[in-house]
Amino acid sequence: MSLDTTDSYVTEDGRTIGGVVMEMKNITLRFGGVVAIKDISFDIREGEIRAIIGPNGAGKSSMLNVISGFYHPQEGEVWFHGRKRPSMKPYQVAAQGIARTFQNIALFDGMSVLDNIMTGRLTMMKSNMLQQAIWFGRAEREENQHREQVEKVIDFLEIQAIRKTPVGRLPYGLKKRVELARALAAEPKLLLLDEPMAGMNVEEKEDMSRFILDVNDEFGTTIALIEHDMGVVMDLSDRVVVMDYGKKIGDGTPDEVRNNQDVIDAYLGVAHD
Amino acid sequence: MIYREAGDFKTSYRKDSQTFPLKFDRVAYFVLLAVAFLVIPFIINDYWANAVLVPFLIYAIAALGLNILTGYAGQVSLGTGGFMAVGAYSCYKLMTGIDIFGVEFPPLNIFLSVIVSGGITAVVGVLFGLPSLRIKGFYLAVATLAAQFFLVWLFNKWGWAYNHSASGQINAPERSVFGIIVTGPETAAWAKYLFCLVFVFFVAWIARNLTRGAAGRKWMAIRDMDIAAEIIGVNPLLAKLSAFAVSSFFVGIAGALFFSVYLGAVEVGEAFGIQKSFLVLFMVIIGGLGSIFGSFAGAAFMVLLPVLLKNVLVGALGWPTDLAAHLELVIVGGLIIAFLVVEPHGIAQLWRLAKEKLRLWPFPH
Amino acid sequence: MPDQLLYALEVTLNGLMAGVLYSLVALGFVLIFKASGIFNYAQGVMALFAALTLVGIQEGQVPFSHLINAIFGTEIHHFGWTVPAILAIMLTAAVMVVFAWAVERFVLKHLVNQPDIILFMATIGLAYFMEGVGDLMWGADIKKLDVGLPQGGSIWLEENTAWLGGDGFYGFFIDRLDIVATVVAAILVISLTLFSQYSKQGRALRAVADDHQAALSVGISLRFIWVLVWSIAGFVALVAGIMWGTKSGVQFSLSLIALKALPVLMLGGFTSIPGAIVGGLIIGVGEKLFEFFIGPMVGGATENWFAYVLALLFLVFRPQGLFGEKIIERV
Repeated sequence: MSLDTTDSYVTEDGRTIGGVVMEMKNITLRFGGVVAIKDISFDIREGEIRAIIGPNGAGKSSMLNVISGFYHPQEGEVWFHGRKRPSMKPYQVAAQGIARTFQNIALFDGMSVLDNIMTGRLTMMKSNMLQQAIWFGRAEREENQHREQVEKVIDFLEIQAIRKTPVGRLPYGLKKRVELARALAAEPKLLLLDEPMAGMNVEEKEDMSRFILDVNDEFGTTIALIEHDMGVVMDLSDRVVVMDYGKKIGDGTPDEVRNNQDVIDAYLGVAHD
Repeated sequence: MIYREAGDFKTSYRKDSQTFPLKFDRVAYFVLLAVAFLVIPFIINDYWANAVLVPFLIYAIAALGLNILTGYAGQVSLGTGGFMAVGAYSCYKLMTGIDIFGVEFPPLNIFLSVIVSGGITAVVGVLFGLPSLRIKGFYLAVATLAAQFFLVWLFNKWGWAYNHSASGQINAPERSVFGIIVTGPETAAWAKYLFCLVFVFFVAWIARNLTRGAAGRKWMAIRDMDIAAEIIGVNPLLAKLSAFAVSSFFVGIAGALFFSVYLGAVEVGEAFGIQKSFLVLFMVIIGGLGSIFGSFAGAAFMVLLPVLLKNVLVGALGWPTDLAAHLELVIVGGLIIAFLVVEPHGIAQLWRLAKEKLRLWPFPH
Repeated sequence: MPDQLLYALEVTLNGLMAGVLYSLVALGFVLIFKASGIFNYAQGVMALFAALTLVGIQEGQVPFSHLINAIFGTEIHHFGWTVPAILAIMLTAAVMVVFAWAVERFVLKHLVNQPDIILFMATIGLAYFMEGVGDLMWGADIKKLDVGLPQGGSIWLEENTAWLGGDGFYGFFIDRLDIVATVVAAILVISLTLFSQYSKQGRALRAVADDHQAALSVGISLRFIWVLVWSIAGFVALVAGIMWGTKSGVQFSLSLIALKALPVLMLGGFTSIPGAIVGGLIIGVGEKLFEFFIGPMVGGATENWFAYVLALLFLVFRPQGLFGEKIIERV
């Protein structure tokens, strides 16, 4: 799929930011009488790290859920790779190459770390039930090929030692990392991270930040993330969307957002000049 | 010093994901197979076949089936008895020849009859599995009761299903495989046993393969967190229905064998009532949810317990049989609760823990 | 009025009465579900157990006499006295409270924070356990239960409705027991609703239903509430056991009749008391009418499955039941 790359540019640290991958046009999402998202538009460019920030209840997670196809907005359009996306089930969205992590860790507790990460590749496994039942032949070959890819992710995130541990036994920080591994195993075109650093200590946050930057840098993965830690957001992201009470109140580079009076009023509160 | 991983290095992903990672276990498995196939048929007698081994094998198939649905895919079913009835009646019709709208099918070979019965049950299972897309948890469990009661009623009332026999029962005619009689009253104990064992072997093999690959991961993902599973790319419709299909396939085979090989004559309400659904469910819980080994352990436990109680209480102590039956209810009920409290993963987990200890023995630190 | 219509009307009335009894059992489920999130499969067996105990106490049976006889070779069966119905009912209620305490102490306490489905399966185990204990204590033979409730058709109603139809119609036949059951059920529902809305314990109960942790943190004793609610459910089971037992004898099938309460709950929603009532009536009337009109065409006995299939089809279109709230799923 060709993207409009006319206004692509190169960042200070030498990464190329391409054309628009995903565009949200005038999204409105209601639950009964409650308006969770009100007429929001923004875009995500190829290769960039795009942050969505805002106070609690601003509608950030709902926005990610719209992108994942879990919520279906009453109004507005989602454009992906230059095409308007029809109403889709979440698993169809996943098959298009959009992977994500969750605010409250959503790992499969009854399975080992390895199996959890392998689930990230389910959309790519093609052998049918009969072949799987026989196992020898295609199913086994496929399993081992995907296992190789998964092992790369495991190496990348430095979780070799816990490969066979049931995820239920892992501490919080490691669970977050395994969840990231599961999303990465899907080799996503667009990676959605819902508060990847929530509840972490400084050290764990530094680790996680490094992984996010590395993913973006090495695989060129486009990333959209929600985060509360302002320092992290300002350091990591190329552009930031600011939401408040379901509305968009700011959009731009970290510096632009930082100096936006609306944002300061609504969210950052006091400016330290 | 034999039961160790140390020194047994895995050099490929294939070896790393094999069923029995320890050499000792692999050897034990093949020895067990050899004994089951080559030794037991020569020493088995009627009592052991009818009271213990044949029911154990058949229930192991049913438990494997239910475990796929409940233990792996997380969909609790109370309709196992009804699905077993579908297998049994399909098998009966296939064995005796079917006449559909004037087209006559001759009696089918018993081996094929059992397999096709499984297939028919799979279709019925998928049909009753359709609501699982909308309803979850114990709502679904109750919904499967609809299958249980409706199917039993159907086979009670539908004359065509039991060839309009006067008693309403179905009776297995004599059939043979390679000249060896496997159904009917003339069947030898070893033939019954071996015929069931062949099915058990293949069913267990298929179950293991399905649960360790992509299908199993989809099922477990749906079980552990269905919403997350859908968002990472699992189609819940296909995952749940495939679980229903595979599970019912196995349960149907179990029902077909239960009727044709084990009982020989069946009255549907008696053989496949709601109690049967619970019995198989208990096997799965006590044995271990989400474990192939657990299905066998649970089946063995639930088959042996009444035999044991009967031998001790009635045989040795001379109690009346009904009293022993009541005590069995108390013990089974108590064990279910005890297992759920102490070890929700059943005998399989106890076994795993024991092996863990053994692996470290004699230096546990 | 044409007679066929009158018969249908009579069937409907009888269905309503049967429905009241379903509602009564369903009520026990709803109470426990609301307070502890447990789907108590054993509710039906609790009714059986209560009825068995009631008969046993009334007739002065020695508990576990069969077991004692088997072990010690003795020949005891009865104490040789009979207990008046009222006293026996009170004693049985006391037994149900002890039972509630035991369930909390030996089962629930150990299963806090387990997934719902594990708790559900635990109650299936509980059902088996209680059935076995009930049989061991009082014997498994079918027993007649009589606490002095009126039985048989209401002649007054029959005589006063005979004019509605032609010569072949003798008026509506309705069992007086059903009428009593309806009144008792109505009283129970009203008093339980008042209790849960206005009493201190009732408020605590609703708090627990909403959020265990939060209730604990404001000083509500979870254990007390659970014992309380299981006791109430035990009492409801006793009432249901008396009604069903008087009607068709105390026997194992009593616990299966209680299974019918499950589709009632699926229709009404697990958390709604009015839902349990309305669901019970719908199922009671529905299955009687279905059997009346369709039954003869398919060989009868459709009551065995009608309720479940109805509930199943209903749930496919409205998963939250009649009165349940629509759930918004989150991740």
